[in-house]
Amino acid sequence: MAFSRARKPYDGVVLAVPVTVPYQRYSIESAHWWMGRALRALSEGAGISHRDFDGFSVSSFTMGPDSAIALTQHFGLSPRWIDHVPMGGAAGIVSIRRAARAVQAGDADIVACVAADTNQVDTFRKTLANFSRFAQDASYPYGAGGPNASFALIARHYMDCYGATREDFGKLCVAQRDNALKNPHALMKKPLTLEQYMVARPIAEPFHLFDCVMPCAGGEAFLVMREDTAKSLGLPFVRLLSAIERHNAFPDDPVQVRGGWVVDRDELYGMAGVTSDDMDFVQTYDDYAVISMVQFEDLGFCGKGEGPDFVRQHTFTIDGTFPHNTSGGQLSVGQAGAAGGHLGITEAMRQLLDAAGGTQVKDAKLGLVSGFGMINYDRGLASAAAILARAS
Amino acid sequence: MTEPLAKPKRKNPLARMRQPLLPPSARSRKAHELTLAAASGRFMLQCCSECGQYTYPPREACPNCLSSDLRLQDTPTGGVLLSETRIDVTSDPYYREHTPWRTGLVRLDCGPSIVTHLRGDCGGPGNRVVLSLQLDRGGQAVFFAKPIPETPNMEDDLQWLELTADPKHRRVLITDGRSPVAVALAQALKKAGATKIFIGVSDRWKPFNEQKSLESIDGIELVDLDLTNERSVQELAMDIGAKVEILINTADHVRPAHLFDAGAANTARDSIDYMVMGLMRLAQAFGPVMRSRGADGPTGAVAWVNVLSVHGLSNAPQFGVHSAAHAACLSLSQWLRTELRPGGIRVINAFSGPLDTEWFQTVPPPKVAPKALADAIVDGLKCGIEDIYVGDVAKDIEARLFDNPKAVEREAGQ
Amino acid sequence: MSGNILDAFARALASGAVRVIDLTHTLSPDFPVIVMPPELGQSAPFRMERISRYDASGPAWYWNNLSFGEHTGTHFDAPVHWYTGRDLPLNTVDTLPPADMIAPACVIDCSAEAERDADFLLTVAEVTAWEEKHGRIPAQSWVLLRTDWSKKRAAAYANLRADGAHTPGPDAAVMRLLVEERGIIGFGTETIGTDAGQAGHFSPPYPAHHYLHGAGRYGLQCLTNLDQLPPTGAMIVAAPLKIQNGSGSPLRVLALVQERSTG
Repeated sequence: MAFSRARKPYDGVVLAVPVTVPYQRYSIESAHWWMGRALRALSEGAGISHRDFDGFSVSSFTMGPDSAIALTQHFGLSPRWIDHVPMGGAAGIVSIRRAARAVQAGDADIVACVAADTNQVDTFRKTLANFSRFAQDASYPYGAGGPNASFALIARHYMDCYGATREDFGKLCVAQRDNALKNPHALMKKPLTLEQYMVARPIAEPFHLFDCVMPCAGGEAFLVMREDTAKSLGLPFVRLLSAIERHNAFPDDPVQVRGGWVVDRDELYGMAGVTSDDMDFVQTYDDYAVISMVQFEDLGFCGKGEGPDFVRQHTFTIDGTFPHNTSGGQLSVGQAGAAGGHLGITEAMRQLLDAAGGTQVKDAKLGLVSGFGMINYDRGLASAAAILARAS
Repeated sequence: MTEPLAKPKRKNPLARMRQPLLPPSARSRKAHELTLAAASGRFMLQCCSECGQYTYPPREACPNCLSSDLRLQDTPTGGVLLSETRIDVTSDPYYREHTPWRTGLVRLDCGPSIVTHLRGDCGGPGNRVVLSLQLDRGGQAVFFAKPIPETPNMEDDLQWLELTADPKHRRVLITDGRSPVAVALAQALKKAGATKIFIGVSDRWKPFNEQKSLESIDGIELVDLDLTNERSVQELAMDIGAKVEILINTADHVRPAHLFDAGAANTARDSIDYMVMGLMRLAQAFGPVMRSRGADGPTGAVAWVNVLSVHGLSNAPQFGVHSAAHAACLSLSQWLRTELRPGGIRVINAFSGPLDTEWFQTVPPPKVAPKALADAIVDGLKCGIEDIYVGDVAKDIEARLFDNPKAVEREAGQ
Repeated sequence: MSGNILDAFARALASGAVRVIDLTHTLSPDFPVIVMPPELGQSAPFRMERISRYDASGPAWYWNNLSFGEHTGTHFDAPVHWYTGRDLPLNTVDTLPPADMIAPACVIDCSAEAERDADFLLTVAEVTAWEEKHGRIPAQSWVLLRTDWSKKRAAAYANLRADGAHTPGPDAAVMRLLVEERGIIGFGTETIGTDAGQAGHFSPPYPAHHYLHGAGRYGLQCLTNLDQLPPTGAMIVAAPLKIQNGSGSPLRVLALVQERSTG
């Protein structure tokens, strides 16, 4: 079946005002508090009132029982376009795709894309226990290990199939920690050596402590608008060149070895008119290093099964041969719930706006951000990616 | 291989007893189809009656053809272990007490990939395993994978023990020593490794034939227990309630009576007082202490077995009173199951057809030998089954009730 | 004049010149009841279920519900209990003439014989020998068979064997003598029945029940403390519960005995 016509490009769609509400390991506040901080920062960054945001897109696991509409009243917004994107690690890019079309069509002029989650002491367990029907019926009752246990099964299989080792995963984790030490927002402040990584306590084999992200509270946000709007507001911006999403790809694979990027990557690069070799940095969704490795393969940086070798042949720090997760990624910054999928976007925006501070990659002009999420039963269902470019 | 389970040492009286916790128990309604299968020891998955594809997790429509006609169907149990992990860290309090916990991903030969509990010695990914559906301590259906061929001491695997009610190293109370199944049951329990078997006997002034056979079994203690006497039941619970890890209620009262006979009401009253009220008295006396001991070590309180007539499910007119009393016991048993669930105590109903005993002398075969019933109960405990159907008659009625309960009713007594 | 008798009686009670002896077993759940073949109807044993005991079901009071058969514990048999008495007038416990509830007793001590032989039978010979010593048994008096069986407990008391119970009792001839010729008001025993354990094999079966109730007389069983009674002179108070159409009932049986020293 091939009746999808070539997609309309994202001409004139830009992203502006990257916002990070600094993370906390635990918070006594609700998700709404974090959203409020993010909206306030967007408003201050854009130099306009939050009432001027006529589009509002939100992602959160902990905003219940509210929906997006309830939040408009909570925050005093009067948008003409709203969206709720409950897609975990893919939510950031999915919200960009939707907002882009809205501003292109004129349904909205300025869309505030906000992701925030709180992390109260029992939040994480409750989120896992109520994650989805399939999770509730068929994975959570098996040891209640959450994503650690589910991805451990995927990782073990990947290691068996393609010869990846813990050292390979460790190399990515250590590089990200190096990057994080240059990011004042990162929760992880101590250096990490490969030796420390290897001997850390086990969580769910093959995962040990430093393979796993730390759940925390935090918020990420940015604005999507047309280039003319950004210019009229005098805002620096980055361009959206292309973006893809795919859900429940390859359902017949008995265990997940690839994501939906494989289906759509040609279109991703084709639409942007670039190749994978052109990227100055890559921000993958790094809930686990093995998933970053799968993204290297599925986004075309190497072939299927060549991820371990690719890792061995490159360096991944800011000044490395393959600058990757320059903020430190979720593994070293923290995973603020649904905001985890927005972390790579705000970092990519800063890189392309020359606003990354200590994590700035020299001469970064083009970057790739990918998202991944929603382990509904035995695999992550959502995959997404976007290519962003410096304004000029 | 698995380490054999050591006989538990005497408890330290200064140590606090662990409070029972349950594994996560929220399930969708569809998922309870698996509970139906697990309860009787069957292995069943949803299968699309239009395209024939097996599906899991439980769905409302076939992902292959979107048919809503997904039927629970007996399913081949074989598959290949694709991956495994050992969970050391979990956010759930129950599992936190049982880590490390092994799980795996199994591709069944019939299609679906299954996240499953895993025995320790499955040999790693690539090996063939068999899956079964079990009931966990919360009474919910879960998968369990075992290696092929079987390995030594498999029954002592600590994860498997959480899914079963093995009599090994446990103390058992059989409530009625006069029951025709008591001797066979005591022997089978002894063989299965029960450390102590209390056998209740009412009216010790009435002699009974099996007393000598019972007393000759090592580890047996006859105790006074009259199920029609609240005080007797409570006094026994005060004595040994905290030592009973498995309670097997063998109380039965078979008296043929015609519904229109003048004496039928008295017969019914006797039967109901002995069996139904007896079960209630037992539940009140032994239920609370058993529930509190559900996490009292690997051989803590674990199961309550009611030996019921399959005619409790559909009345057999020639034993109408008996059927009615068993129906009431079944209802009470369901209630008890709910009350004992917080302790992780499983309530097992063993449904038997007519036993090959004096009271069913006029009933034509097939009948159930007491030993067959006893073995089925012990086997059910070891496998963690909740509904045990013993003998051809019980299995026939089970299958026919599943198929057409009205036909069972109309044909009864013909 | 009658007032004087009761005054004297009251003084005798107060002074201890007349002693009151309780011939009743405690009604308790574990006291044996008669065992019938299992396919026949059974007597319910005595049972007691608490209603409340200063608790949520009754904060300041303690009380129980009771259940039992008419023939449990120390109990009274009315004529209607047996088929031979079914057509007689006043044959139920509720119609029992109140005057019959108080009557003198003759106590025949066969405890030695019963100890030697659980199947000991009271015959005309023992009654004749007793009468030679204590005089003719008066009409309208109770005859109580002392066997000391009440001192046995549980299995020994029921004494059930494969061929049934083995407990002492009267034979048919002696029952005809006592009922038809002496005109006794009733016959009492320490065992579970007025008849012997093996009396089903007698002719007629269960002669005590057969003759007593056929003549409108009464039975008392499961008595105790008969060893404290004199052969003659005790007065028995035996008032069963007033149960509509009742065939018998558990009851408190009292004996009034005049002490010799003050007699």
